[in-house]
Amino acid sequence: MLFLYRLIQVWLYCGLLVLCGAASAAEYQLDIRKETVNITGKPLQRVTVNHSLPAPTLYWTEGEEVVVHVTNHMTEPSSVHWHGILLPGYMDGVKGLNNYPGIEPGQTFTYRFTVRQSGTYWYHSHTNGQEQDGLFGALIIRPKGTDLVQADREHVVMFSDFSEETSGEILSNLKMSSDYYNKARRTVGDFFQDVRDKGFKLAWQHASDWGSMRMSPTDLSDVSGYTFLTNGKTPAQNWTGVFKPGETVRLHMINGSAMSFYDVRILDTEKKRLKMTVVQADGRNVEPVPVDEFRFGVAETYDVLVTPTEEKAYTIVAEPIDRSGFAIGTLAPREGMKGLMPEQRLRALLTMADMGDMDMSGMDHNKMSKEEMADMMTQMRSGWAKTGAPRGDTLLSYSHLKFLGEQQDIRPAEREIIVKLGGNMERYIWTMDGKTEMEAEPIALRLGERVKLTFVNETMMAHPMHLHGMFVQLDNGQPAGKLPDKTVVIVPPGKSYSVLLTANEPGEWSFHCHLLYHMATGMMNKVVVAKLDGETPPLPAAPSEHTEVGHAH
Amino acid sequence: MLTRQSLLLCLGLLVLSPAVCAHDDAKIFHALRLELDAGEDRDNQSVSSWNLDGWIGGDNNKLWLKSVGDVVGHSTQISENWALYSRNIGTFWDAQAGVRYDNRPKSTGYFVAGITGLAPYRFETEAHFFASEEGDISFRLREENDFLLTQKLILQPYLEFNVFAQNVRDLDVGSGLSDSSIGLQLRYEITRKIAPYIEVSYESLYGETADIADRNGKHQSDSAITAGIRLMF
Repeated sequence: MLFLYRLIQVWLYCGLLVLCGAASAAEYQLDIRKETVNITGKPLQRVTVNHSLPAPTLYWTEGEEVVVHVTNHMTEPSSVHWHGILLPGYMDGVKGLNNYPGIEPGQTFTYRFTVRQSGTYWYHSHTNGQEQDGLFGALIIRPKGTDLVQADREHVVMFSDFSEETSGEILSNLKMSSDYYNKARRTVGDFFQDVRDKGFKLAWQHASDWGSMRMSPTDLSDVSGYTFLTNGKTPAQNWTGVFKPGETVRLHMINGSAMSFYDVRILDTEKKRLKMTVVQADGRNVEPVPVDEFRFGVAETYDVLVTPTEEKAYTIVAEPIDRSGFAIGTLAPREGMKGLMPEQRLRALLTMADMGDMDMSGMDHNKMSKEEMADMMTQMRSGWAKTGAPRGDTLLSYSHLKFLGEQQDIRPAEREIIVKLGGNMERYIWTMDGKTEMEAEPIALRLGERVKLTFVNETMMAHPMHLHGMFVQLDNGQPAGKLPDKTVVIVPPGKSYSVLLTANEPGEWSFHCHLLYHMATGMMNKVVVAKLDGETPPLPAAPSEHTEVGHAH
Repeated sequence: MLTRQSLLLCLGLLVLSPAVCAHDDAKIFHALRLELDAGEDRDNQSVSSWNLDGWIGGDNNKLWLKSVGDVVGHSTQISENWALYSRNIGTFWDAQAGVRYDNRPKSTGYFVAGITGLAPYRFETEAHFFASEEGDISFRLREENDFLLTQKLILQPYLEFNVFAQNVRDLDVGSGLSDSSIGLQLRYEITRKIAPYIEVSYESLYGETADIADRNGKHQSDSAITAGIRLMF
């Protein structure tokens, strides 16, 4: 009798569970295909998801279980990785890690996990160059309760770099010649211009410094020839987000590019900048920071609030750092309006500071001429960081970002792990700690361990370093409780940058540079977080789902 | 004495090397440069040449191929065909070993060992030692550099010379520095992969080699102007 009672009880529970599951699970079907798309006027075979490039925007809700069936209709293997999402390793979508098998041609993989966060994220293929070829889309997760960021309306603004060449062709070309796409190499004429500007001695010294290192001061982006897109639209196609004057508009900005960094600003028809208030970085709320412009690293996301008050068109300008065009969008009271088209800024020239060569000890400052002194000052400042923004504009810096609320884990790091970022431009190989992905030793972390990761960039390019599965806290000079969470960290050329990590997600997590062709040529490793036998890891208190402090609006 | 068979065996192993070494180089890439040109020399004789140079392989292990030829009038004066195993030994350098087989001026096989890479100030450098099947030892150095007049118009000076350890009667060379060629190539890169060019070159013979040429009634130096096309693939 008791047994029967128990059995009924179990059935009831089961029924209840199934019902609950059905009620809260959001189910999606994504179909990956290779199809003809026409973006630049030239029909090309590219990767689409549900017949769309970029892939459709997904809207999830914190706390729900999501079920995503992904079917690969292509003749090559594929995968979908949920960028910045906390999930079981098996669901992370990186073949070879956590037994994730990839999605073979004709196969369907079903992702199923509970959403533990809110914010602006994206998803993309983690197989070969499919991300460049079209497999990327926006992912917006609504908070379970009230959104701490209040706005009257919202738009997703996703930038990407589209090429008429396939990712495979681009990689082959870079391997053939790493400066294949550099259309601003130093010429003999540039040298004579330098001689006129600085005198022969300094001009010769610079040419000789770069020459002896076998490096180039014009190496900013590796790949060029891109058409820059906003939500899949070219500047001519003019993606438009509608607003009513006076409304607060939330822009979920996502840099879904394979290789392109941008300087982002919003201009009105008089070239005046519309103030943007940064309220979220990489999906995590931050204390509001008003800015005129920000530099947007590959794979980063920022949510900004803007309040356009006038009945006119505003231009969202994302200008790639090699100044080879624009991704353009328009905010306007109605469709069909077009704002001001910006002028291209000057391309930056890298300096000795970007080379990390700041050794000025051999110089006798008293003996320097005025020109030499001025030149030294230029060389000591990063050319990379120079945006060309008008004087007086406020530019976002990582040091401005403060976690909204209080971080749960404020312990100091138990140890520091140095991650050297290196490259060999002659062979187009990129490395972490001098090793390519193939040769690399995984970084092992004890579950619950608190570590400091210090990136030392020994190259002349900025690397957007990305760790899967966990957020890192930028060590940006804010108090411990205020260090902002990020999933992508830009490490500028020739500089070091530290982040703090609480290793609280067991699994094998991909750890790489988010520049697609850096990752493809070696700048990738994995972080393994595991519970060690005979040890109880000192786990911090479980992070609360909501931060009750502060209000972003 | 080195035999034909051993050279052939080497060649076979070389062709297989990228596949054999693929375990640490999962992806196979290639970078080959082919230059074809034609023109006239100092005596208004028609001259033409081909030059294939490049590699197939991964980051660390490559199969390096070269084929160089000179045709004067209707007769092929030089035809060299190289196959080398090239191994990365430093950021800018590869060590190489393999074989070279010449059809002209004389059918001869060579073992080759050397280095190739990028020297400071961006000098593309090749330095190779050769041991012929007859046991003759020689050395060749080639330097070239690119000067960008514009992003597309590029001036490339080059210098190449050969040194022999002994007299090689069959090749009409004497020991010591035997010959050099310097040249200037001006190319216009329509794309990075297709570039027409014009080239002037000046060759001279030295020492015993020059004397032999003299005795045979040949010039001790020669110059040529040619136009051609350079393809990257």
